[in-house]
Amino acid sequence: MSVVFFAIAAILVISGGVGVVAARNIVYAALSLLIAMVGTAGIFLIGLAEFLALVQLLIYGGAVVIVILFSLMLTRIQEFEFLTANKHWPIALIVAMCLLGLLIISILIEDSTTTTMGSTNITELGLSLFKDWAIPFELASLVLLIALIGAVVVVRTDNEEDR
Amino acid sequence: MADEMNTYFTQYGIIAIFAALAVAVPTSMLLIGWALSLLKVRPKKPSFVKNSIYECGFETITERWSQFNFRYYSIALLFVIFDVEVVFLFPWAASFGTMSEEFGLFVLGEMTVFIGILVLGWIYAWKKGSLEWS
Repeated sequence: MSVVFFAIAAILVISGGVGVVAARNIVYAALSLLIAMVGTAGIFLIGLAEFLALVQLLIYGGAVVIVILFSLMLTRIQEFEFLTANKHWPIALIVAMCLLGLLIISILIEDSTTTTMGSTNITELGLSLFKDWAIPFELASLVLLIALIGAVVVVRTDNEEDR
Repeated sequence: MADEMNTYFTQYGIIAIFAALAVAVPTSMLLIGWALSLLKVRPKKPSFVKNSIYECGFETITERWSQFNFRYYSIALLFVIFDVEVVFLFPWAASFGTMSEEFGLFVLGEMTVFIGILVLGWIYAWKKGSLEWS
């Protein structure tokens, strides 16, 4: 049964990934990225990582793709005329092949029969996060605070010329 | 364990079926309309009135790609940060019942401190005028 789910999710990821590279319209590329992200969330679900799937949907599918679309809308279409020329495709091919080799090696090394499936539900995660890792959790909010202040400082609106 | 796995996959299977239906219904509307026009069942006689904007609205005057105002971006970045915050709220809410039996109000305090620190940043963004349009 999970094989069927995996096949569907994998098709989503691959078709989304191909769409990102092949789409001539950059907005379609961003939407294909969304499809790939949703497929990845499905793969996390099959791997019994519910929380990771939730994060994948909420952060990557929700926020990151939205921000990418936002930043596209801030640009002018004229800047994208030569974007689909893909001048750097040999470098991309080399990097992709290295990644593929790494994945193949890791699949060959890892004996899948000895690993057992186990799930951590969100309640258990919350228990360990708020009991054992309470201080790092509070520090995470400081990291977010720094990111927030950075966002405010970088996107300065006091410059009259930008308006 | 096997039972647990089955419920897990059944539950997410139902969600998958819902998602598939949500995609299939609008897609089939387009596909059936397209197929009917190929079979000559649906007549295709475009006219000026048919092609005009339905019921109300203006004729479009610009390209479909218009440059958005730069200040939308700061709002988008703030959205990402508070989205990450929501991710932390989920395990907290899920384990709140179990934990509050053991630790009481301390659990609430933990999340209050977490959100309080972010609210400080939010107040900073507000004071800096990131949320203002002016």
